[in-house]
Amino acid sequence: MTRILIDPVACDAYGYCAELLPEAITVDEWGYPIADGEPLPAELVDAARRAARDCPRRAIIVQELRAGA
Amino acid sequence: MPNATDTMPGARTYGLLGYPADLATHAGRVGPLPLPARADRDWGGALIAALEASGLTGRGGAGFPAAIKATAARGKGRGGTIVVNAMEGEPASDKDALLMIRAPHLILDGAQLLAAVSGARSVVVCVPEGRDHVAAAAARAVAERTAARWAPVVETVVRPPDRFVAGEESALVGWIEGGQSLPAFRPDKSVPLRIGRKGALVHNAETLAHVAVIARGGPEAFRSRGLPEDPGTSLVTLSGAVSQPGVVEVDRGTPLIDIVSRATPLGPPQALLVGGYAGAWVAPEHFSTPYASLSLRAIGATAGVGVVVVLGHEACGISETARLAHYLAGQSAGQCGPCVYGLPAIADDLARLAAGHVDPGLPARLDRRLSEVEGRGACRHPDGAVSVVRSALRVFATDVHVHSRGTPCVSWDRPTQLRFPAPPVQVAS
Repeated sequence: MTRILIDPVACDAYGYCAELLPEAITVDEWGYPIADGEPLPAELVDAARRAARDCPRRAIIVQELRAGA
Repeated sequence: MPNATDTMPGARTYGLLGYPADLATHAGRVGPLPLPARADRDWGGALIAALEASGLTGRGGAGFPAAIKATAARGKGRGGTIVVNAMEGEPASDKDALLMIRAPHLILDGAQLLAAVSGARSVVVCVPEGRDHVAAAAARAVAERTAARWAPVVETVVRPPDRFVAGEESALVGWIEGGQSLPAFRPDKSVPLRIGRKGALVHNAETLAHVAVIARGGPEAFRSRGLPEDPGTSLVTLSGAVSQPGVVEVDRGTPLIDIVSRATPLGPPQALLVGGYAGAWVAPEHFSTPYASLSLRAIGATAGVGVVVVLGHEACGISETARLAHYLAGQSAGQCGPCVYGLPAIADDLARLAAGHVDPGLPARLDRRLSEVEGRGACRHPDGAVSVVRSALRVFATDVHVHSRGTPCVSWDRPTQLRFPAPPVQVAS
């Protein structure tokens, strides 16, 4: 299972992640991303990794959770 | 510091505030530190078992079971540090300061005992800048202990900045390590904190005092007070619309109204702020709620940092909460966008509400902001602000209704019943 975490200290609201992955990331009224924290559907995992790579602040964490975790 | 009301009659068998401040009297009363004989490999396990049987939970806000924390740390802190957290960033809290002045040796004994369990090689006592009388009491105790060879591992007193979030454990450890006093983003809180390559365990000062009593007197002494499911005593700081503000030691499970009666309220309270500035407002229909974790949780509150503020009838809960939200917004560490922008926006919404601005979109906007900010900081500072604001909207629903129809709060200009630190004096250069 995979999910997205956002490091709120690193994040500077560039907003690329919400553009690259609108299915799982929205932004608040100040432009900071909100990840829904839900398990990521398998078809979105590649897009999530790209969003993490493209984040200028490296604030996106794509977290693999072991089964049962 | 306000005058401390004394411990209640009958508190003689178990009263943290009744312990002596000087080492000779302390030693005469409680005996030596109950440390293990060199060959006693099972000593740590026995102390952990006593803590578990006692049911002690942390008194610094999170209420985590002390035995679980000690078990996780057992042997892992080798060469590391026990951090005594007497930062007490809450402006309305005095309990850890008072305990450090009244019974510093109890706190430091507790730290030494947990150092022996975890293998730590030093004890670092954190008292914020500005509270010199508290730091002096801690330093005096440390000097006495060092001279009397009462401290198996070295004890020092350090002075982190005096800010609301400086006592957050990762901020505290980061500062001790030589960094800034800023909370860290820790997606997995079970990963231990470190100073250099060695473990650092942060414990609230009052919790450590309970550890010292339990280590000597056994779990029974602790369990002789409070409830079976939430045993022992807690220090509580009382303030607000009362004639005798101060710190009291109460049995867990004492009804809220009996706790506040010890500070002699100036009139029937309109509401109580329970748990601190990140806690929750409690309405009169819940004043008989026992001061215990589960009972408080059931009414949306928490024991938190042991603060109860009495709100008098002449005050407006929305105005007071607007001030509170403004204060908390100003105390953000400034690292996370949702906290930096969200808390001031929430505080402004409350201020507009209190001022009677007719703004039909306000309730929905405030509700959305509260939901969006919650859980999005590196630390739980924004969550605390959200909790206290949500409770205000619930408890003062009638005021919300009146203000939202354009009637301003009549007590906006009255002095606040909450305690806020004075802004720093600007020195002309």
